[in-house]
Amino acid sequence: MKNANRIAPMLVMGAATLYFLVPIWWLLVAASKTRGEFTSTTPLWFADFALIDNLKELFAYGDGVFLRWMLNSVVYTGGAALLGTLLAAMCGYALAKYRFPGREAIFNIVLSGVLVPATALALPLFLIFSQFEATNTFWSVFLPSLVNPFGVYLARIYATASVPDELLEAARLDGSGEIRTFFTISTRLMFPALVTIFLFHFVAVWNNFLLPLIMLGEEKLFPVTLGLYSWNTQVNQIPELRMLVLTGALVSIVPLVIAFLLLQRFWRNGLGSGAIK
Amino acid sequence: MRPPMRSLSIALASALALTACSSGGDAEETTAGAAACAPSSGPVTLTYTTWIPGIDNVVKVWNEKNPNIQVKVQTGPNGNGGTYANFFNQLKAGNAPDLGHIEYDALPSFRVQDGLTNLADCSEVTAAKDQFVDWTWGQVTFGEQNSVYGVPQDAGPMALFYRKDLFEKNKIPVPTTWDEYAAAAEKVKAAGGYITNFSQSDINQFAGFAWQAGGRWFANDGTKWTVNLQDEATTKVANYWQGLIDKKLVSSVPPWTTEWDNAYNTGQAWTWTSAVWGANSIMSGAPATKGKWAVAPMPQWTAGGTVAGNWGGSATAVFKGSKHPYEAAKFALWLNTSEEALTLLNKEAQLYPATKAGAKLPALSEGVEFYGGQKIYDVFATASTQVAPDFVWGPTMTSTYATASDSFKGAVSGSGTLLDALKTTQTKTIENLKSQAIPVAE
Repeated sequence: MKNANRIAPMLVMGAATLYFLVPIWWLLVAASKTRGEFTSTTPLWFADFALIDNLKELFAYGDGVFLRWMLNSVVYTGGAALLGTLLAAMCGYALAKYRFPGREAIFNIVLSGVLVPATALALPLFLIFSQFEATNTFWSVFLPSLVNPFGVYLARIYATASVPDELLEAARLDGSGEIRTFFTISTRLMFPALVTIFLFHFVAVWNNFLLPLIMLGEEKLFPVTLGLYSWNTQVNQIPELRMLVLTGALVSIVPLVIAFLLLQRFWRNGLGSGAIK
Repeated sequence: MRPPMRSLSIALASALALTACSSGGDAEETTAGAAACAPSSGPVTLTYTTWIPGIDNVVKVWNEKNPNIQVKVQTGPNGNGGTYANFFNQLKAGNAPDLGHIEYDALPSFRVQDGLTNLADCSEVTAAKDQFVDWTWGQVTFGEQNSVYGVPQDAGPMALFYRKDLFEKNKIPVPTTWDEYAAAAEKVKAAGGYITNFSQSDINQFAGFAWQAGGRWFANDGTKWTVNLQDEATTKVANYWQGLIDKKLVSSVPPWTTEWDNAYNTGQAWTWTSAVWGANSIMSGAPATKGKWAVAPMPQWTAGGTVAGNWGGSATAVFKGSKHPYEAAKFALWLNTSEEALTLLNKEAQLYPATKAGAKLPALSEGVEFYGGQKIYDVFATASTQVAPDFVWGPTMTSTYATASDSFKGAVSGSGTLLDALKTTQTKTIENLKSQAIPVAE
């Protein structure tokens, strides 16, 4: 009986793991093939190993534009996630720890922002940026990406739970200014939540495809998602792009994997400690 | 040409419709812009949005020679993949590029939304008319007097790609008429293959068949649109393919997938009636069949006939609001008529020129190794002159394609027929036109 109890969940977990890993496995295998073998050999096992050649071709194509896209993505996402997390943390902290008129109203407005999908905002943002003649610039993608209402929500909840008012009071008595208190004491206490916000934000910006699609026309400003998508729409005319898209897709998940591997430790801590409190 | 993400473009289009309500028209600009195809004073910089691969290398040649007319390239996914939606957004926001790459079947939608500059006042453009293959000119003028809404760029005349080796081995004569094609299909089936794959989700091939047969889906008398997806010729084509589907003589793998490539690569499908750019699709999709293919003229409806269909092709258009229509037109003409540009476009992106002279480019006069050394482009050059010049696309092709694709899939899987599918598409298209306040004659 006890064994059966254990086997069933393991089976479910195993199936789920397989379900999530097979596409990545497929991608790895596909990216290692030559174009001819891609259609003619078993999709889930290797043929001649051409990954290195594919990578070389990928980084050389169009004067190395792919590398540029990767860098753009890292800057858009890394930059926006860092700054966005800071803004969300400050905002959530302020909402949690300071009493001022309209506090709940602001919080509710921010919260309702969670419900508005980024996709629906892309077009209005385009029209607004057009007014300032700022479309097709770095800022047209970067600035909107800083906004993260869910992060504010998370930061507020976590700040309420993990930053004791007494501690802040003590800091004030010792003569610490509000900003110094925030950075030296509160952010440390909120750190697990900040990591979570950072990761969520990172993934959201990385995957926000419609905004750059609408805003950008300059190839050099593209994030990697848009670049690969553009290539993919031309596969029928320019067949060699197919292998580049596959190899590029494989390379483009590497930063996400790294981000998760580096930060998951904090993340686990954060969720766990939140649950106990 | 072949949208992989129709749902996306539809989503974008509907988002566009929302904003369309809120912004006013620019009626006063309309006349002023069109009348003045005069040179600007001083140096100008033009923006040009296209998804042609390697276009930078072509534009570089122009920029070096024309320091006073510099062209800046912007790029993105293909038209239906998002760039058309972007064009519409930019037209609304007033920051459309000077020039844009637009496929023939999308030109009318830009025309209807008043997004294009009429180049009829640019004498250099109208003077170039005779350089272009007749039907391509028809695609940018919509058959109207005094209107030129773009400079034709490339064409997709159709012909029959077939597995020469398999046809010879099984002693099947290469079909010259559609009747012979159907007869050949039986023999191919007996030999264990399919004569072709019926494209169920890409309607452009079917449109090319209808175009060849004499089908005319849309017409515009200046004020109202006529929609006729069930005319006699199209009905004939639909019944013909329905017959092949019913007898299971054609496969129906979704086009542009790896399965589809594989069907050709493994010799399961023996022919493909496709456009000139299809030569590259086969080379890339079916590399194992190198040297085994040949190209013959498209099968005819009447024996001895000489009519070809067309699949694809695009124009370079000047958007409304461009401050330099003269310079823009000048660049578009160079891009699409000069030998150096056409040679480069063919080399970088395998574009097949829309000009008469372009069909004689050195690169298009050579034998192609993949096709057993056959000078395949000669077949297409002839086909290009045989395409009927009066086929007009409708202003809402994205949604027409989407409906047709959905209902064709139904027909292929056994629910309903292609004819039913056309009927549904007809009804939906008219509904769609009306919902966009485009006048329809019934």
